[in-house]
Amino acid sequence: MNARAAVVKQKSAAPNLDRLIHERLRLGIISALAANESLTFSDLKNLMNTTDGNLSVHARKLEEAGYISCTKYFEGRLPKTEYKLTAAGRSALENYLSHMEALIKQMRNT
Amino acid sequence: MLGMEPVPALHDRAIDNIRYIRETMERATPFTGISGRGEMAIGATALVASVIAAKQPSFKSWIYIWLAEGFISLLIAGWSMDRKARATQTSLFSGSGRKAVFSLAPPVIAGGLLTLVLAQAGIPHAIPGVWLLLYGTGVITGGMFSVRAVPAMGLCFMVLGAIALFSYPTWTNWFMAAGFGGLHLLFGLIIVRKYGG
Repeated sequence: MNARAAVVKQKSAAPNLDRLIHERLRLGIISALAANESLTFSDLKNLMNTTDGNLSVHARKLEEAGYISCTKYFEGRLPKTEYKLTAAGRSALENYLSHMEALIKQMRNT
Repeated sequence: MLGMEPVPALHDRAIDNIRYIRETMERATPFTGISGRGEMAIGATALVASVIAAKQPSFKSWIYIWLAEGFISLLIAGWSMDRKARATQTSLFSGSGRKAVFSLAPPVIAGGLLTLVLAQAGIPHAIPGVWLLLYGTGVITGGMFSVRAVPAMGLCFMVLGAIALFSYPTWTNWFMAAGFGGLHLLFGLIIVRKYGG
């Protein structure tokens, strides 16, 4: 089975999987924000142990989806970016978790 | 049977994903360890202790009051941190509790020894300053990776201790009340307000 076929097969087994937060780093961002009122860009960067470029790309994807909100402000002369989880983002995480639970249950029943 | 083949892989990934979410949330909540309400309770008992201690006729009974308060604080801290650990389903002895014990024990031992030396040397009025200063260092090192309020509280203790060391001997009870009472109440409130509990 080639890689593409494997992906198609997995997709069909998990049809409603939220691709947006399925990606590791994005799932991490959502999880970290679920545990905090808000986190700055550098908080997230340290937590996820990733690079500036990588984090900003994935954070933007989540922001475009309306899962997180982003505010920019100045602390003294330093520009800061603060992220918060939106209601949509929180329910996306909840859906994702119940999806994972369903997959595990389905496995136990087979 | 063919269609079932990807299921085990998905199932493993599902468990792995859930574990990843939980670990990330744990890492992202370093502050869960310290209980703001516990800090406030310690502050309140310390205020009471400072009033009682200020009325003591001898240095010896003054020390005993504060030793008793120290013991009560330890119980409150242990109980409130355990409750908070249970609420977040983490173990007190693996995370926050261990960190607190390891960071506070060295300055407390140093403080105990210095208390003996200062009492024997006949300068007991230096003791509150030393206590505040050493407690502050323990809080800073223990709170290094916690929310900003924790190391900030440690710094306030150190500053207050430093001032106490160089001020009038008759003010010592005020410094004790302001530090162990006031600072705990203030930062306890900040932790409750900002970080929940």
